[in-house]
Amino acid sequence: MAPALEEFQARIDREERIEPQDWMPEGYRRTLVRQISQHAHSEVIGMQPEGGWISQAPSLERKVILLAKVQDEGGHGLYLYGAAETLGVSRDEMIDAMHTGKAKYSSIFNYPALTWGDVGAIGWLVDSAAIVNQVPLQRCSYGPYARAMMRICKEESFHQRQGYDIMLALARGSAAQREMAQDALNRWWWPTLMMFGPPDADSIHSSQSFAWKIKRYGNDELRQKFIDQAVPQAEVLGLKIPDDDLQWDAATGHYRIGAIDWDEFQQVVSGNGPCSRQRLAHHRQVQEDGAWVREAVAAHAAKHQAGGDGLKADAHNPASAQEGGADAAV
Amino acid sequence: MPLFEVFVRSRRGLDHQHVGSLRADDAEMALLYAREIYTRRREGISIWVVRSADVTASQEEDAPAFFEPAADKPFRDATYYALPKEVKNL
Repeated sequence: MAPALEEFQARIDREERIEPQDWMPEGYRRTLVRQISQHAHSEVIGMQPEGGWISQAPSLERKVILLAKVQDEGGHGLYLYGAAETLGVSRDEMIDAMHTGKAKYSSIFNYPALTWGDVGAIGWLVDSAAIVNQVPLQRCSYGPYARAMMRICKEESFHQRQGYDIMLALARGSAAQREMAQDALNRWWWPTLMMFGPPDADSIHSSQSFAWKIKRYGNDELRQKFIDQAVPQAEVLGLKIPDDDLQWDAATGHYRIGAIDWDEFQQVVSGNGPCSRQRLAHHRQVQEDGAWVREAVAAHAAKHQAGGDGLKADAHNPASAQEGGADAAV
Repeated sequence: MPLFEVFVRSRRGLDHQHVGSLRADDAEMALLYAREIYTRRREGISIWVVRSADVTASQEEDAPAFFEPAADKPFRDATYYALPKEVKNL
Protein backbone atom coordinates (compact mmCIF):
# COMPACT_ATOMS: atom_id res chain seq x y z
CA MET A 1 0.00 0.00 0.00
CA ALA A 2 1.26 3.49 -0.81
CA PRO A 3 2.24 5.47 2.32
CA ALA A 4 -0.53 8.05 1.84
CA LEU A 5 -3.17 5.35 1.52
CA GLU A 6 -1.76 3.49 4.49
CA GLU A 7 -1.92 6.61 6.63
CA PHE A 8 -5.44 7.36 5.42
CA GLN A 9 -6.70 3.90 6.35
CA ALA A 10 -4.84 3.93 9.67
CA ARG A 11 -6.55 7.19 10.55
CA ILE A 12 -9.95 5.68 9.81
CA ASP A 13 -9.11 2.57 11.79
CA ARG A 14 -8.24 4.77 14.77
CA GLU A 15 -11.76 6.27 14.50
CA GLU A 16 -10.37 9.67 13.49
CA ARG A 17 -12.30 11.79 11.03
CA ILE A 18 -11.07 12.63 7.55
CA GLU A 19 -11.24 16.37 6.85
CA PRO A 20 -11.46 18.15 3.47
CA GLN A 21 -7.76 19.09 3.22
CA ASP A 22 -6.59 15.51 3.89
CA TRP A 23 -5.38 13.24 1.14
CA MET A 24 -8.01 10.66 0.27
CA PRO A 25 -8.32 7.94 -2.37
CA GLU A 26 -10.38 8.92 -5.39
CA GLY A 27 -12.83 6.09 -4.71
CA TYR A 28 -13.52 7.40 -1.20
CA ARG A 29 -14.19 10.87 -2.57
CA ARG A 30 -16.43 9.50 -5.32
CA THR A 31 -18.38 7.27 -2.94
CA LEU A 32 -19.00 10.18 -0.59
CA VAL A 33 -20.04 12.54 -3.36
CA ARG A 34 -22.52 9.93 -4.56
CA GLN A 35 -23.90 9.18 -1.11
CA ILE A 36 -24.02 12.74 0.26
CA SER A 37 -25.49 14.24 -2.91
CA GLN A 38 -28.15 11.52 -3.10
CA HIS A 39 -28.93 12.16 0.54
CA ALA A 40 -29.25 15.90 -0.22
CA HIS A 41 -31.49 15.22 -3.23
CA SER A 42 -33.70 13.03 -1.02
CA GLU A 43 -34.20 15.85 1.48
CA VAL A 44 -35.14 18.31 -1.24
CA ILE A 45 -37.36 15.98 -3.29
CA GLY A 46 -38.88 14.91 0.05
CA MET A 47 -40.38 18.38 0.35
CA GLN A 48 -42.81 17.61 -2.46
CA PRO A 49 -45.17 14.93 -1.11
CA GLU A 50 -45.75 16.85 2.13
CA GLY A 51 -45.48 20.33 0.62
CA GLY A 52 -48.69 19.75 -1.29
CA TRP A 53 -50.55 19.42 2.01
CA ILE A 54 -49.46 22.72 3.58
CA SER A 55 -52.39 24.64 2.13
CA GLN A 56 -54.79 21.81 3.00
CA ALA A 57 -53.75 21.14 6.59
CA PRO A 58 -56.79 20.59 8.84
CA SER A 59 -55.98 23.41 11.29
CA LEU A 60 -53.78 26.49 11.52
CA GLU A 61 -51.59 24.71 14.08
CA ARG A 62 -51.05 21.68 11.84
CA LYS A 63 -50.32 24.07 9.00
CA VAL A 64 -47.52 26.00 10.75
CA ILE A 65 -46.06 22.73 12.00
CA LEU A 66 -46.00 21.20 8.53
CA LEU A 67 -44.59 24.40 7.07
CA ALA A 68 -41.76 24.32 9.63
CA LYS A 69 -41.12 20.66 8.90
CA VAL A 70 -40.93 21.07 5.14
CA GLN A 71 -38.69 24.10 5.66
CA ASP A 72 -36.38 21.89 7.77
CA GLU A 73 -36.13 19.35 4.93
CA GLY A 74 -34.92 22.11 2.63
CA GLY A 75 -32.42 23.14 5.30
CA HIS A 76 -31.19 19.57 5.64
CA GLY A 77 -30.64 19.44 1.89
CA LEU A 78 -28.51 22.57 2.18
CA TYR A 79 -26.38 21.19 5.05
CA LEU A 80 -25.73 18.15 2.88
CA TYR A 81 -25.02 19.99 -0.38
CA GLY A 82 -22.55 22.06 1.65
CA ALA A 83 -20.83 18.91 2.95
CA ALA A 84 -20.62 17.46 -0.58
CA GLU A 85 -19.18 20.73 -1.90
CA THR A 86 -16.17 20.32 0.43
CA LEU A 87 -15.24 17.37 -1.81
CA GLY A 88 -14.81 19.61 -4.84
CA VAL A 89 -18.11 18.99 -6.60
CA SER A 90 -20.39 21.90 -7.51
CA ARG A 91 -24.08 22.27 -6.75
CA ASP A 92 -24.84 22.56 -10.46
CA GLU A 93 -23.08 19.27 -11.21
CA MET A 94 -25.02 17.52 -8.46
CA ILE A 95 -28.40 18.89 -9.55
CA ASP A 96 -27.59 18.05 -13.13
CA ALA A 97 -26.72 14.46 -12.18
CA MET A 98 -30.13 14.14 -10.55
CA HIS A 99 -31.98 15.65 -13.51
CA THR A 100 -30.27 13.27 -15.95
CA GLY A 101 -31.00 10.31 -13.67
CA LYS A 102 -27.32 9.64 -12.94
CA ALA A 103 -27.83 10.44 -9.26
CA LYS A 104 -30.81 8.95 -7.45
CA TYR A 105 -32.77 10.01 -4.40
CA SER A 106 -34.62 7.89 -1.88
CA SER A 107 -37.21 5.65 -3.57
CA ILE A 108 -39.80 6.52 -0.90
CA PHE A 109 -40.49 9.99 -2.30
CA ASN A 110 -41.79 8.53 -5.53
CA TYR A 111 -44.99 7.54 -3.75
CA PRO A 112 -47.92 9.97 -3.56
CA ALA A 113 -49.26 11.54 -0.35
CA LEU A 114 -52.95 11.00 -1.04
CA THR A 115 -54.57 11.90 2.27
CA TRP A 116 -53.82 13.84 5.46
CA GLY A 117 -53.16 10.43 7.02
CA ASP A 118 -50.19 10.12 4.67
CA VAL A 119 -48.65 13.25 6.19
CA GLY A 120 -48.84 11.51 9.57
CA ALA A 121 -47.47 8.24 8.20
CA ILE A 122 -44.57 9.98 6.46
CA GLY A 123 -43.52 11.77 9.65
CA TRP A 124 -43.90 8.70 11.79
CA LEU A 125 -42.56 5.95 9.49
CA VAL A 126 -40.37 7.64 6.88
CA ASP A 127 -38.70 10.00 9.34
CA SER A 128 -38.24 7.20 11.90
CA ALA A 129 -36.56 5.11 9.21
CA ALA A 130 -34.41 8.09 8.25
CA ILE A 131 -33.33 8.49 11.88
CA VAL A 132 -32.37 4.81 12.14
CA ASN A 133 -30.24 5.28 9.02
CA GLN A 134 -28.78 8.61 10.05
CA VAL A 135 -27.81 8.03 13.66
CA PRO A 136 -24.80 5.84 12.72
CA LEU A 137 -23.85 8.35 10.00
CA GLN A 138 -23.06 10.84 12.77
CA ARG A 139 -19.91 8.72 13.20
CA CYS A 140 -19.14 8.54 9.48
CA SER A 141 -15.41 8.85 8.81
CA TYR A 142 -15.84 12.02 6.75
CA GLY A 143 -15.98 14.98 9.17
CA PRO A 144 -18.23 17.41 7.27
CA TYR A 145 -20.81 14.67 6.57
CA ALA A 146 -20.75 13.46 10.19
CA ARG A 147 -21.26 17.00 11.50
CA ALA A 148 -24.11 17.66 9.06
CA MET A 149 -25.75 14.46 10.30
CA MET A 150 -25.51 15.63 13.92
CA ARG A 151 -27.39 18.81 13.06
CA ILE A 152 -29.97 16.88 11.07
CA CYS A 153 -30.58 14.19 13.69
CA LYS A 154 -31.20 16.82 16.32
CA GLU A 155 -33.95 18.34 14.18
CA GLU A 156 -35.36 15.10 12.85
CA SER A 157 -36.94 13.99 16.10
CA PHE A 158 -39.48 16.84 15.83
CA HIS A 159 -40.46 15.49 12.42
CA GLN A 160 -41.02 12.01 13.74
CA ARG A 161 -43.04 13.22 16.72
CA GLN A 162 -45.31 15.53 14.76
CA GLY A 163 -46.07 12.61 12.42
CA TYR A 164 -46.90 10.30 15.29
CA ASP A 165 -49.02 13.07 16.82
CA ILE A 166 -51.09 13.25 13.63
CA MET A 167 -51.50 9.46 13.63
CA LEU A 168 -52.51 9.55 17.28
CA ALA A 169 -55.18 12.20 16.65
CA LEU A 170 -56.60 10.18 13.74
CA ALA A 171 -56.43 6.88 15.63
CA ARG A 172 -58.35 8.39 18.54
CA GLY A 173 -60.88 10.07 16.25
CA SER A 174 -63.97 8.98 14.34
CA ALA A 175 -64.27 5.69 12.46
CA ALA A 176 -63.48 7.51 9.22
CA GLN A 177 -60.36 9.04 10.75
CA ARG A 178 -59.17 5.67 12.06
CA GLU A 179 -59.73 4.24 8.61
CA MET A 180 -57.67 7.05 7.10
CA ALA A 181 -54.79 6.30 9.50
CA GLN A 182 -54.94 2.57 8.75
CA ASP A 183 -55.05 3.20 5.01
CA ALA A 184 -51.97 5.43 5.25
CA LEU A 185 -50.10 2.79 7.25
CA ASN A 186 -51.12 0.15 4.69
CA ARG A 187 -49.63 2.13 1.83
CA TRP A 188 -46.45 3.43 3.55
CA TRP A 189 -45.34 0.38 5.53
CA TRP A 190 -43.69 -1.64 2.76
CA PRO A 191 -42.12 1.27 0.86
CA THR A 192 -40.63 2.43 4.20
CA LEU A 193 -39.02 -0.99 4.71
CA MET A 194 -37.52 -0.69 1.23
CA MET A 195 -35.85 2.61 2.19
CA PHE A 196 -33.05 0.64 3.84
CA GLY A 197 -32.06 -0.75 0.46
CA PRO A 198 -31.76 -4.28 -0.89
CA PRO A 199 -30.80 -7.22 1.34
CA ASP A 200 -27.10 -7.16 2.27
CA ALA A 201 -26.45 -10.15 0.03
CA ASP A 202 -27.47 -8.06 -3.02
CA SER A 203 -26.03 -4.71 -1.96
CA ILE A 204 -23.34 -3.57 -4.39
CA HIS A 205 -21.70 -0.71 -2.51
CA SER A 206 -21.26 -2.22 0.91
CA SER A 207 -17.90 -3.86 1.68
CA GLN A 208 -15.63 -0.96 0.73
CA SER A 209 -17.94 1.47 2.53
CA PHE A 210 -17.59 -0.61 5.68
CA ALA A 211 -13.78 -0.57 5.44
CA TRP A 212 -13.91 3.20 5.01
CA LYS A 213 -16.41 3.54 7.88
CA ILE A 214 -18.82 5.44 5.70
CA LYS A 215 -21.26 2.70 6.52
CA ARG A 216 -21.34 0.89 9.86
CA TYR A 217 -24.39 -1.35 9.77
CA GLY A 218 -25.88 -3.54 7.07
CA ASN A 219 -29.19 -2.72 5.39
CA ASP A 220 -30.92 -5.71 6.99
CA GLU A 221 -29.70 -4.86 10.48
CA LEU A 222 -30.99 -1.28 10.22
CA ARG A 223 -34.28 -2.44 8.73
CA GLN A 224 -34.74 -4.86 11.63
CA LYS A 225 -34.01 -2.12 14.14
CA PHE A 226 -36.72 0.03 12.56
CA ILE A 227 -39.25 -2.82 12.53
CA ASP A 228 -38.64 -3.61 16.19
CA GLN A 229 -39.32 0.02 17.09
CA ALA A 230 -42.30 0.62 14.80
CA VAL A 231 -44.41 -2.48 15.50
CA PRO A 232 -45.08 -1.62 19.17
CA GLN A 233 -45.72 2.00 18.17
CA ALA A 234 -48.43 0.79 15.78
CA GLU A 235 -49.94 -1.23 18.61
CA VAL A 236 -50.26 1.89 20.77
CA LEU A 237 -52.12 3.51 17.88
CA GLY A 238 -54.38 0.47 17.64
CA LEU A 239 -53.45 0.06 13.97
CA LYS A 240 -52.56 -3.16 12.18
CA ILE A 241 -49.27 -3.58 10.33
CA PRO A 242 -50.26 -4.77 6.81
CA ASP A 243 -48.30 -8.03 7.01
CA ASP A 244 -50.07 -11.32 7.77
CA ASP A 245 -46.74 -13.04 8.32
CA LEU A 246 -45.60 -10.59 10.96
CA GLN A 247 -44.76 -12.36 14.21
CA TRP A 248 -42.74 -11.90 17.36
CA ASP A 249 -39.79 -14.27 17.53
CA ALA A 250 -39.09 -14.74 21.23
CA ALA A 251 -35.93 -16.72 20.53
CA THR A 252 -34.17 -13.83 18.78
CA GLY A 253 -36.08 -10.98 20.42
CA HIS A 254 -37.04 -9.57 17.01
CA TYR A 255 -40.15 -9.28 14.88
CA ARG A 256 -40.20 -11.49 11.80
CA ILE A 257 -41.77 -10.00 8.67
CA GLY A 258 -43.16 -11.43 5.44
CA ALA A 259 -41.40 -11.16 2.07
CA ILE A 260 -40.59 -7.69 0.71
CA ASP A 261 -41.55 -7.13 -2.92
CA TRP A 262 -38.11 -6.28 -4.31
CA ASP A 263 -39.44 -6.12 -7.87
CA GLU A 264 -41.47 -3.10 -6.84
CA PHE A 265 -38.34 -1.56 -5.31
CA GLN A 266 -36.37 -2.13 -8.54
CA GLN A 267 -39.16 -0.55 -10.55
CA VAL A 268 -39.27 2.53 -8.33
CA VAL A 269 -35.47 2.90 -8.17
CA SER A 270 -35.22 2.73 -11.95
CA GLY A 271 -37.57 5.67 -12.31
CA ASN A 272 -40.91 3.92 -12.68
CA GLY A 273 -42.42 4.77 -9.31
CA PRO A 274 -45.94 6.22 -9.20
CA CYS A 275 -44.59 9.80 -8.99
CA SER A 276 -41.02 9.49 -10.32
CA ARG A 277 -41.54 11.58 -13.44
CA GLN A 278 -43.67 14.12 -11.61
CA ARG A 279 -41.06 14.66 -8.85
CA LEU A 280 -38.22 15.27 -11.29
CA ALA A 281 -40.33 17.37 -13.64
CA HIS A 282 -41.41 19.55 -10.73
CA HIS A 283 -37.82 19.97 -9.52
CA ARG A 284 -36.66 20.89 -13.02
CA GLN A 285 -39.54 23.34 -13.43
CA VAL A 286 -38.82 25.09 -10.13
CA GLN A 287 -35.12 25.25 -11.00
CA GLU A 288 -35.95 26.88 -14.34
CA ASP A 289 -38.55 29.22 -12.87
CA GLY A 290 -36.02 30.40 -10.31
CA ALA A 291 -33.26 31.12 -12.84
CA TRP A 292 -34.12 34.83 -13.01
CA VAL A 293 -33.68 35.14 -9.21
CA ARG A 294 -30.20 33.61 -9.33
CA GLU A 295 -29.31 35.87 -12.25
CA ALA A 296 -30.63 38.93 -10.44
CA VAL A 297 -28.63 38.11 -7.29
CA ALA A 298 -25.47 37.60 -9.34
CA ALA A 299 -26.03 40.88 -11.20
CA HIS A 300 -26.62 42.70 -7.91
CA ALA A 301 -23.40 41.32 -6.42
CA ALA A 302 -21.42 42.19 -9.55
CA LYS A 303 -22.79 45.74 -9.47
CA HIS A 304 -21.76 46.18 -5.83
CA GLN A 305 -18.32 44.79 -6.49
CA ALA A 306 -17.84 47.27 -9.30
CA GLY A 307 -19.09 50.04 -6.99
CA GLY A 308 -21.53 50.87 -9.77
CA ASP A 309 -24.30 52.28 -7.59
CA GLY A 310 -22.03 54.00 -5.11
CA LEU A 311 -22.80 51.43 -2.42
CA LYS A 312 -19.92 49.67 -0.71
CA ALA A 313 -20.34 45.94 -0.14
CA ASP A 314 -19.57 46.47 3.53
CA ALA A 315 -21.89 49.39 4.11
CA HIS A 316 -23.79 47.38 6.71
CA ASN A 317 -20.70 46.17 8.46
CA PRO A 318 -18.93 48.97 10.32
CA ALA A 319 -16.40 46.45 11.61
CA SER A 320 -15.00 45.78 8.20
CA ALA A 321 -15.05 49.46 7.30
CA GLN A 322 -12.97 50.64 10.23
CA GLU A 323 -11.04 47.49 11.06
CA GLY A 324 -11.10 48.76 14.60
CA GLY A 325 -10.72 47.24 18.06
CA ALA A 326 -9.75 43.71 18.87
CA ASP A 327 -13.20 42.20 18.51
CA ALA A 328 -14.80 44.71 16.20
CA ALA A 329 -15.82 42.14 13.64
CA VAL A 330 -17.35 39.67 16.06
CA MET B 1 -1.50 45.83 9.94
CA PRO B 2 -4.74 44.00 9.21
CA LEU B 3 -6.73 42.19 11.87
CA PHE B 4 -7.30 38.43 11.59
CA GLU B 5 -9.87 36.22 13.26
CA VAL B 6 -8.52 32.90 14.53
CA PHE B 7 -10.39 29.58 14.50
CA VAL B 8 -9.02 26.41 16.08
CA ARG B 9 -10.15 22.82 15.63
CA SER B 10 -9.47 21.12 18.94
CA ARG B 11 -9.56 17.63 17.48
CA ARG B 12 -10.50 15.79 14.32
CA GLY B 13 -14.19 15.50 13.80
CA LEU B 14 -15.08 18.78 15.53
CA ASP B 15 -15.80 22.15 13.94
CA HIS B 16 -13.22 24.94 14.00
CA GLN B 17 -14.21 27.34 16.80
CA HIS B 18 -13.51 31.03 17.03
CA VAL B 19 -10.91 31.67 19.71
CA GLY B 20 -9.91 35.32 19.20
CA SER B 21 -8.12 37.71 16.92
CA LEU B 22 -4.66 39.14 16.24
CA ARG B 23 -2.86 41.53 13.93
CA ALA B 24 -0.36 40.39 11.35
CA ASP B 25 1.14 41.62 8.08
CA ASP B 26 -0.29 38.77 6.07
CA ALA B 27 -2.15 35.47 6.41
CA GLU B 28 1.00 33.41 6.61
CA MET B 29 2.32 35.46 9.53
CA ALA B 30 -1.11 35.40 11.14
CA LEU B 31 -1.02 31.62 11.10
CA LEU B 32 2.39 31.60 12.82
CA TYR B 33 1.27 34.10 15.45
CA ALA B 34 -1.96 32.15 16.02
CA ARG B 35 0.05 29.04 16.69
CA GLU B 36 2.13 30.88 19.28
CA ILE B 37 -0.76 32.76 20.86
CA TYR B 38 -3.63 30.30 20.86
CA THR B 39 -2.22 26.78 20.74
CA ARG B 40 0.65 26.62 23.19
CA ARG B 41 -1.05 23.88 25.23
CA ARG B 42 -2.18 21.42 22.60
CA GLU B 43 -5.45 23.32 22.15
CA GLY B 44 -5.81 22.21 18.58
CA ILE B 45 -4.73 20.29 15.53
CA SER B 46 -5.78 22.80 12.87
CA ILE B 47 -5.97 26.60 12.66
CA TRP B 48 -7.85 28.87 10.27
CA VAL B 49 -7.07 32.56 10.02
CA VAL B 50 -9.49 34.87 8.21
CA ARG B 51 -9.08 38.60 7.65
CA SER B 52 -11.57 40.31 9.94
CA ALA B 53 -12.47 42.61 7.06
CA ASP B 54 -13.74 39.54 5.22
CA VAL B 55 -16.17 38.70 8.01
CA THR B 56 -19.63 40.06 7.36
CA ALA B 57 -21.36 40.13 10.72
CA SER B 58 -25.01 40.61 11.56
CA GLN B 59 -25.54 43.72 13.62
CA GLU B 60 -27.02 43.94 17.09
CA GLU B 61 -29.81 46.23 15.90
CA ASP B 62 -30.82 43.63 13.31
CA ALA B 63 -31.15 40.92 15.95
CA PRO B 64 -34.95 41.19 16.36
CA ALA B 65 -35.61 40.86 12.64
CA PHE B 66 -33.07 38.03 12.39
CA PHE B 67 -33.91 35.91 15.38
CA GLU B 68 -37.28 36.79 16.88
CA PRO B 69 -39.33 34.86 14.32
CA ALA B 70 -37.96 31.66 15.93
CA ALA B 71 -39.15 32.61 19.41
CA ASP B 72 -42.84 31.73 19.03
CA LYS B 73 -42.38 28.36 17.31
CA PRO B 74 -42.03 25.85 20.13
CA PHE B 75 -43.55 23.25 17.80
CA ARG B 76 -40.12 22.96 16.17
CA ASP B 77 -38.96 21.07 19.25
CA ALA B 78 -39.72 17.41 19.76
CA THR B 79 -40.75 18.05 23.38
CA TYR B 80 -43.76 20.05 22.17
CA TYR B 81 -45.59 16.78 21.41
CA ALA B 82 -47.06 14.81 24.30
CA LEU B 83 -46.73 11.08 23.79
CA PRO B 84 -48.63 8.30 25.57
CA LYS B 85 -46.10 6.94 28.04
CA GLU B 86 -46.21 3.43 26.60
CA VAL B 87 -44.69 4.70 23.33
CA LYS B 88 -40.97 3.90 23.10
CA ASN B 89 -38.18 4.95 20.75
CA LEU B 90 -39.77 8.15 19.47
